[in-house]
Amino acid sequence: MAEKGNVLLKIEGLRIEAYAEEKWFEIVHGVDLLLRRGEVMGLIGESGAGKSTIGLAAMGFARDGCRISGGSVEFDGLELTTTSETDRRRLRGSRIAYVAQSAAASFNPAHKLIDQHTEAPVHYRIRKRMESQEDAMELYQRLRLPNPREIGFRYPHQVSGGQLQRAMTAMAMSCRPDLIIFDEPTTALDVTTQIEVLAAIRDIVDQFNTAAIYITHDLAVVAQMADVIKVLLKGDQVEESDTRSMLENPQEDYTKSLWAVRSFQRAEKDRPGDEAVPVVTVENIDASYGPVKVLEDVSFDVHAGMTVAVVGESGSGKSTAARCITGLLPPTKGRILFQGEELPASYLARTKDQLRQAQMIYQMADTALNPKIRIGDIIGRPAEFYGGLKGTDLKNRVDELLDMIELDPSKFYGRYPPELSGGQKQRVGIARSLAADPTFIICDEVTSALDQLVAEGILRLLDRLQQDLNLAYMFITHDLATVRSIADEVVVMKQGRVVEQGQKSEMFKPPHHPYTDLLLSSVPEMDPDWLTTLLEERGVDNVGEAATT
Amino acid sequence: MNYFIIGYYALLIGGSCLAAHYKQRPAFLILFSLTLASFVMGIIGGEDALWAVTIAAGLLALAAGTAYSFREFLIVISGPQTARALRTAPLTAAFGMFVIFTYAVLGIFAPVIAPYGEAEVISQSFAPADENMLLGADQLGRDMFSRLVYGARNTVGLALVATAIAFFIGALLGMIAAVKQGWFDQAMGRVIDVVMSIPSLIFALLLLSIFGTNLVILVIIIGVIYSPRVYRLTRAVAGNVVVMDYIEAAKLRGEGMWYLIRREILPNSTAPLIAEFGLEFCFVFLLVAGLSFLGLGIQPPTADWGSMVRENATLISFGELTPLIPAGAIALLTVAVNMVVDWMLFRSSGLKE
Repeated sequence: MAEKGNVLLKIEGLRIEAYAEEKWFEIVHGVDLLLRRGEVMGLIGESGAGKSTIGLAAMGFARDGCRISGGSVEFDGLELTTTSETDRRRLRGSRIAYVAQSAAASFNPAHKLIDQHTEAPVHYRIRKRMESQEDAMELYQRLRLPNPREIGFRYPHQVSGGQLQRAMTAMAMSCRPDLIIFDEPTTALDVTTQIEVLAAIRDIVDQFNTAAIYITHDLAVVAQMADVIKVLLKGDQVEESDTRSMLENPQEDYTKSLWAVRSFQRAEKDRPGDEAVPVVTVENIDASYGPVKVLEDVSFDVHAGMTVAVVGESGSGKSTAARCITGLLPPTKGRILFQGEELPASYLARTKDQLRQAQMIYQMADTALNPKIRIGDIIGRPAEFYGGLKGTDLKNRVDELLDMIELDPSKFYGRYPPELSGGQKQRVGIARSLAADPTFIICDEVTSALDQLVAEGILRLLDRLQQDLNLAYMFITHDLATVRSIADEVVVMKQGRVVEQGQKSEMFKPPHHPYTDLLLSSVPEMDPDWLTTLLEERGVDNVGEAATT
Repeated sequence: MNYFIIGYYALLIGGSCLAAHYKQRPAFLILFSLTLASFVMGIIGGEDALWAVTIAAGLLALAAGTAYSFREFLIVISGPQTARALRTAPLTAAFGMFVIFTYAVLGIFAPVIAPYGEAEVISQSFAPADENMLLGADQLGRDMFSRLVYGARNTVGLALVATAIAFFIGALLGMIAAVKQGWFDQAMGRVIDVVMSIPSLIFALLLLSIFGTNLVILVIIIGVIYSPRVYRLTRAVAGNVVVMDYIEAAKLRGEGMWYLIRREILPNSTAPLIAEFGLEFCFVFLLVAGLSFLGLGIQPPTADWGSMVRENATLISFGELTPLIPAGAIALLTVAVNMVVDWMLFRSSGLKE
C-alpha cells in the first residue's frame, strides 16, 4: 500500500460551465486541488458553491447540462479531461468511487444489497463473485453493521437509513479504490445516526489508506473527517489549510463568517407564573395513522412571546403533534386548548378566527408557496381573506409585510416563487403567516433546508418578529444548534412520547434523561478531536447500539 | 443521360461529401442513403421516379421553409416570454401552428374567402374544375372549394365546442374529486368507468338515435362521451398538486373548494391539460367526421368534411381524387394539432435536451 505523500489527484485551473437559458454560464472559476494518497480533503461551502460539481469533476464527470471548459484533472498521472469516455468509465467504480447523499435513492430497490455490492468487482474482474461476497461481509463487519453475514441479503428498504449509508460506503470500498468522493453522506440522517456513519467512514478510510474528498456544508462534521479543508464560495476557492489551523485561525472574512454562524443565541425568557393562560395547551393527546399509534399522552404548553422547541429524531412524532394542533389530524384522545378555550379537533369545524390565530411555516418553502401566484398575492391573500382588506389598503399591508421580512416591496411584489432563492422563499412563507395577524406560529423545520448563513438570518428575523409582535412559537427541529439559539423551553420527544421537558437552561445542563443525553452528545462540535473523544467515552463497539436503543 | 439526371446525382453526392466533411452525421446519413436509394429507383422507375423524389424533396423544403419563417414571424410579434418558449419549438411544431393558423383564418373568414355560398347550386353535378370552380362541383353541382372552406368553419367549430364542453365537465369534476376525495371521488370514479367501458362511436350512435340529431344535442353528447378521459387526467394531475404544502396552507386558512380549484390547482395543471386538449380535439374531430359520414352528424345542406367524403364517394370509382380532398383536410389538421401537442407535452414534461 502506498505511503501518504505521493500525489494522487491534481486539479489545476478547473473551469466548469452550465447551460441555462440558452447560454453557457461559468459556475466553477478556476479551482486548484491537490490530494495525496491517504489524505482526506473536506470541501465546504454553501449550496451553489460548486462543491458537488468539483467532486464529480474529480472523476472526469460533468452532470447533464454541464461541461468542463478548462483546466486539467490529473488522476494518478492520467489526464481525465482528454481520455476517452470508455477509459474514464473503467476508472470509476474500480479506482474512484462515489458515495451519494441519499443512499436510499442511489440503491436499486429491486436488488439485494450484496448483489449490488459485488457487481463492480465482478464486472471489472477484480474478484470472483464468492470472494466478493466474503469481502462484502468483512466490510460490513468493519463498518459495524449488525449481522454482517446476513444483512447483505436484504433489500434496500429493509434496512435503516444509517445502515444503508454504511452499506453504500462498503460498496464504494468493494474494489479498494484509491479515491472515494463522499457527497454529503450524512446530511439526510439524524444526529444520532450520523455519528455511526461518520465513525464508520473515518475508520475504513483510515484502514485502507484511501484518499477521500468529503463534501459537506456542516463545518463540525468536516472538522472530524478531513485532514485538509478547502472553503469554496460561488465557484471560487476562498482558502485552504489543514484542519486544525483552519479552525483555530481562519484567514479570510468569508471563512470567519462561516465559523461565526453558530454564535447567535438570544437570552432565555422565563416561563410566566401559573396564573398566566398559555396561548396553546396540548393536553394528553393520543393520535394514530390508521391502526398505527404515533402519539401517546403528549402534553405541553406554549406561552405568549415564548418559543417552545420540540426536538427528536425523525419518526419521533414531532410533526404529528403539529398536525394535531392545526387540526389536520384530529387526536384520538385528549384535547387542545387555545387561550383556555377548547379547539374543535378538526380544522373543518374551527371558526375563521380560530384558524387565523394559529399559523404555520413549512420546512420546504418550494412546496409551501404556489409557484404560479405572485409573491404579493401570496402574502396578500390571508390579509384579504381574514381582514377583508382590498385595493390600496391591501397593497399597503403587503408592502409593510415585505418590509418586515426585509425584502424590497418594489422588487418582490410582482415576482413568482421560482425566481427567488431558498432563503427569500422562506421569508415569504413567514410573511404569509404574519399576514393573518396570528398569535401562535408553528415553525416546522424552517431552517433545515437552508444554508447555515441563510438559516441564521431566518432565525434572527423570527426572533425580532417575536419581540415586536409578542408571538408564541412552536419550533419543530432536529437540530440542537437551532434549539440552543432560539428556544426558551424544550420538549424532547421519542417514539411518540415526551421524554423530557423544561426550560432550555435546565435541559442543556446535566443531569439529563439518557435519551436527551444521547441527542446532546451526538451534535458534532468544531473540535477536531470531538468524535475520537466521544467514541472513547461511549466505547467504540456500542455506538450502533447506543443509537438504536 | 440528360442534364437533369446528372445534376440530380451531382447534387446528392456533393451534398453527402460536404456533410461528411463538416461531420454532420445525420445529414450525411440521410443524403447518402437517398443517393443509394436513387440508384435503385432510377433503374426501376426511370427519370419519372427521380422527378417524383425531387418534387417531394422540394415540397418538404417548402414546408420547412414556411414553418421556419412562420416561427420567426411569431417570435417577432410576441412578447419576450412567449418568444423564449417559441424558440424551443421544433420545425414540425411550427408547421403545425402554421396549418392551424390557416384553418382558423379559413373558418373565421369563410364567407369572404369562399366564392359561392355553401348550399348554392351553380353548375351540373360532378362538373370538372374550370376557371370558376377551383376543385369542380359536387354531386348536386355546388362549388367544392366553397364547401371545403365552409366545412372548416362547421366541422372544426363543432369539434372545438364539443371538446370545450368535454373539458369543462371532465376537468371540473376531476378537480373536485381530487379536492374532496372520499366517497365523491369513489362514486365519480365508478361512474366514469361505466361510461368509458362503452365504445364511444357506438355510444354516440345510441344516444343520437334516442335524442335525435339536433346540433345542440350532438355537441352535448360528444362532450359527455369524451369527458371521462379528461376527468381521469385531471384527477391524476390535480392529485399530485393537492398533496403540496401550499394546498395544506390554503385549507388551513379556511379557503373554500372553489378558491382551491381556481387559484391553487388550476394554474398548476394547465400545461398537461392544454396538451390533452389538443389530443382530445383530434379524437372529437374524427368522431364528428365519422358521425357525419354515417349521416348522423351535421345535417345537409350544411357543409361538413365527413359528409362531403360520403356524398362524393362515387367519384372514386371513376379515378377522381376529389372526395379525398376533404379527407386530406381532416388528416392534415389532425397531424398538425398532434405536432404542436407533441412539442407542448415535451415542454410540460420538463424533458430538456
